[in-house]
Amino acid sequence: MGNKQTIFTPEQLDAYQDCTFFTRKEILRLFYRYRDLAPQLVPLDYTDKPDVTLPYELIGSMPELKDNPFRQRIAEVFSEDGEGNMTLDDFLDMFSVMSEMAPRDLKAYYAFKIYDFNNDDYICKSDLEKTVNKLTRNELTPEEVTLACNKVIDEADLDNDGKLSLEDFQHMIIRAPDFL
Amino acid sequence: MGKKRKCALEVIMEDVGIEIDGQIESDTDSEEHTGIFIAHDRKKTEMKMDWRQNDSKIRKSQWQDYTQLYPYKDEAKKKIPKKQPRREAVRPNRLEREKRQKIEDKKEDEEEESKEEDNGPRQNRASKRKTLQRKNNDGKMAEKGVSRKRERDKKTSTKEQKDSENKEKKTNKEKGKEKENKEKKERRSSTPSTSNSSDEESLSEEELAMLMEQVEQKKKLISTMRNKPWRMAKKLSMLREAQAFVEKFEGALGKGKGKKLYAYKMMMAKKWVKFKRDFDNFKTQCIPWEMKIKEVESHFGSSVASYFIFLRWMYGVNLVLFGLIFGLVIIPEVLMGMPYGSMPRKTVPRAEQATAMDFSVLWDFEGYIKYSALFYGYYNNQRTIGWLKYRLPMAYFMVGISVFGYSLMVVIRSMARNANESTGEGDDENFVFSWKMFTSWDYLIGNPETADNKFASITTSFKESIVDEQESNKDENIHLRRFLRVLANVLIICCLCGSGYLIYFVVKRSQTFSKMQNIGWYERNEVEIVMSLLGMFCPPLFETIAALENYHPRIGLKWQLGRIFALFLGNLYTFLLALMDDVNEKLAEEDVLKNLTQWTLLSHHNSSTGNGSTATPPPLDPADVPRGPCWETTVGIEFVRLTVSDILVTFVTILVGDFIRACFVRFVNYCWCWDLEAGFPSYAEFDISGNVLGLVFNQGMIWMGSFYAPGLVGINVLRLLTSMYFQCWAVMSSNVPHERVFKASKSNNFYMGLLLLILFLSLLPVAYTIMSLPPSFDCGPFSGKKRMYEVIQETIELDFPVFVAKIFSYVANPGLIIPAILLMVLAIYYLNAVSEAYQRANAELKKKMQMLREEEKNKRNNKASTNSAMQDLEDLFKPNTKNENQPKQVEDKKIEPPNKTSPTGKQGKVAAEDVSPINGRRGVALTPPLHVLVTRPPMPGVRTPYPGQARPGPYPQGPVPWRGRGHPRYPHAPR
Repeated sequence: MGNKQTIFTPEQLDAYQDCTFFTRKEILRLFYRYRDLAPQLVPLDYTDKPDVTLPYELIGSMPELKDNPFRQRIAEVFSEDGEGNMTLDDFLDMFSVMSEMAPRDLKAYYAFKIYDFNNDDYICKSDLEKTVNKLTRNELTPEEVTLACNKVIDEADLDNDGKLSLEDFQHMIIRAPDFL
Repeated sequence: MGKKRKCALEVIMEDVGIEIDGQIESDTDSEEHTGIFIAHDRKKTEMKMDWRQNDSKIRKSQWQDYTQLYPYKDEAKKKIPKKQPRREAVRPNRLEREKRQKIEDKKEDEEEESKEEDNGPRQNRASKRKTLQRKNNDGKMAEKGVSRKRERDKKTSTKEQKDSENKEKKTNKEKGKEKENKEKKERRSSTPSTSNSSDEESLSEEELAMLMEQVEQKKKLISTMRNKPWRMAKKLSMLREAQAFVEKFEGALGKGKGKKLYAYKMMMAKKWVKFKRDFDNFKTQCIPWEMKIKEVESHFGSSVASYFIFLRWMYGVNLVLFGLIFGLVIIPEVLMGMPYGSMPRKTVPRAEQATAMDFSVLWDFEGYIKYSALFYGYYNNQRTIGWLKYRLPMAYFMVGISVFGYSLMVVIRSMARNANESTGEGDDENFVFSWKMFTSWDYLIGNPETADNKFASITTSFKESIVDEQESNKDENIHLRRFLRVLANVLIICCLCGSGYLIYFVVKRSQTFSKMQNIGWYERNEVEIVMSLLGMFCPPLFETIAALENYHPRIGLKWQLGRIFALFLGNLYTFLLALMDDVNEKLAEEDVLKNLTQWTLLSHHNSSTGNGSTATPPPLDPADVPRGPCWETTVGIEFVRLTVSDILVTFVTILVGDFIRACFVRFVNYCWCWDLEAGFPSYAEFDISGNVLGLVFNQGMIWMGSFYAPGLVGINVLRLLTSMYFQCWAVMSSNVPHERVFKASKSNNFYMGLLLLILFLSLLPVAYTIMSLPPSFDCGPFSGKKRMYEVIQETIELDFPVFVAKIFSYVANPGLIIPAILLMVLAIYYLNAVSEAYQRANAELKKKMQMLREEEKNKRNNKASTNSAMQDLEDLFKPNTKNENQPKQVEDKKIEPPNKTSPTGKQGKVAAEDVSPINGRRGVALTPPLHVLVTRPPMPGVRTPYPGQARPGPYPQGPVPWRGRGHPRYPHAPR
């Protein structure tokens, strides 16, 4: 109990609970996870909102992300600076969206951002190629990759502009049985 | 002063114009227009101001307040003559902030204007009083203005977020803001009066309602904050502001008595929210093994975790059943019933007493355990026990029924909930590649080995579908696959029939064996041996055959589960058959013994009285009374034995098959001729289907047995608890992830379906025994009755008034029951028909959508060949033709107020067009605010038809790019 009081004020915890899908305990647990990444950097007192940022190298080495082919993108999308360096707020944000309580719409939105490698608000062919290559660790031939990308565009592109907009993406992914 | 202000406005507008590239002329144009307009108004107000000098002073001070709050504006005011330096001062700021600030300023100015303008006439009416009041309230006013502004800002951004789907694109934002500015101008006419009059404590209904609405909006925002895809910092600040706003204004709502009540209500609501949150926190803490399951999930994928979640769910259900049975049956009996040894059914017979405490006897659930409250036979048929007059037989019966009732309810409820959550199960074949691309990675994987497997499986699945796609002669492939699937099913049905016949044959044989004397060990245990051999060899055989079918592992798992389930049903069938034989035998024996017991008691009585003593004869020791076989207890013991042996077999299998094997592979690998880890024995995979089925069948045993052995549920709870820990440990320590890791669908309705089937199957024998077998005459709560259910009739007759008995007899009349059943069947038929119709309609709609899509594609492809002039023409007429496809836009248009038709038409067209990325987005971005506009009552303010609004000024750039870019785009389109 005493520990809790020193890390966050009750108001901060309440605010975090309003802004994420987590309970108080989970927020604290996440804080400790965050702190464990760099105990020397992160203070144990967050009541005065210290400006601490952890570099991507530390974030990407978490077991949750370590084996994920999109870990860099995830870190970039959720970090304030777009480089993958995260503050505690970004960190909580990321886990909140990834948690199972988050609604599918929200997840779809962030999934879109993750797959949009060049940040142009569209998933274009180059993004798709990157996705495939990351998913298969470059084991497909270039022809196969292009074929797959073309098929995706063909299937999901509703307005025929040769790339997927957020609406296309949501329309497609909301129907997917595997997208939870 | 007025002139100066106008200049400032102009400057600011120009700046904005510069920021919005390409719009400068039109924008400044329109703003100048406004400026003039404002100036004009200003003159009017100034004229009125001259009436009273007081006021201008006040206004000045007010103005100063504002400038203090917004130093930037102050700056603007001062540096009006020299435009250049001012801009330079602004430039270092970030672009966006700059814009926002400017727009805020603009807002500020206009707000000010309108306020004054509004005040004008009023002051005419009641000048003196108001002046005084105003003097007093000056500071407050400024404050309020600030808060209002802030709130509006917030609203701006919320709307913006909603509108533009949160794409923070520059142009878009600009547009949105301008639009909202306009809205604000419209709204403005009403808001300032709100703030003014709120000081006068004469809130009109309308304003009150508006404020209320705003508060409600804020609250809604707070509650949906977590769903907003914003940065945490933004969310936090929004939250704080919204909370502050609610805090501030909800007290102001209502007046007099209503005010107090309102405040009280708000306070209670706040308390309630806090309590709910605490309760939720508590609830999530109460969910056991969350971490353990998550860990398993990260290592083995969600399919393995789904088993553990199922196990946990099962544990919860069993805990409830355990509470029911222990609380209502066992504990009352132990506390209030006759103690052990007081009567024959509660005493170990004399012949068994010597060995009753031996472990081997106890292990068979004989001896003391058999004569304990764990089994049916121990209970007395006394109607009421203890000082509470607790009706134990009645309670026993009702608990037995409610165990089934509760289980049925829980299973069906969770099935229904799962069905709601599941999303169509992906019957769309449209997005094969897209889904593979975007949803094949399991984001829960946190283990390099699993990740490797996943990579490999994704690669193969991609290759497979590419090969599928490339093959032009697809039909042949489909035929082959169909043939293989049919073949596999035929083979498996043959296997099932064969094993079914084998079981039947063996059971028949065992019945003849049981009549023979001196038979060997093999003959006695033939059925068990055959059953376990089948159970050992059939599932792998099925799996081998299933490889022919080439299903997705998730579907394959379901098939495998169904097939093994069918095989295990044979097991159940033999068990029940043997049990029924046993029961019938016992029943025959009972008839003989019943007479013997009576005779013994009689003779004892006679012998004691025959001796001539007049005193009451010493009662026969309960251990010496001959007693019946008590078939219910026998059945209960069978079930308990089966459960315990099942537990042991499961644990030993895990220990030997997984753990010892893993140890062997791990450590002997150093000195072996081939690679054990990669080669033959390797590590075991977690057998999902086997484990799930084991759990389901075990639960069936519990349901069947709990009526005869109330203690069985307690044993089961222990079993589930230990197996949770044990299996978690075993899976983490000695199993490897599946070769094809796959995600379990969130709704494990298939498991639930199996469970429901088993529940139904296990309900049948219990119902049969309750309804049609006579209970034992000397043991159990129903002894002495012809049938078990007579306990209900007895209770109704003795404990309820006569009319209840009458009603009951009417209700139980077959003349009433048969129509009721008929009615139910009809209702089911009707509902089924309705749901089918809905499904058909759904499919129809889906088809239609598909058609439309195809049509649109074709149209576009055709259009690509036409020249650009024609295209432009077509674009002009598009809204009319396309509106059918865009019902939402049509709706929007319909509710549109008439003065906005021209921009909306434009938007509708743009949205319907959906060709250009920018335009498409803008269409989406602009439509929702129109809703907002419509929901708000149109204000009769002077400014409502804002000059800039009537024209397509805010997005003059709109049509240009897609006309320009539209043409070269078409060649890119597929096909």
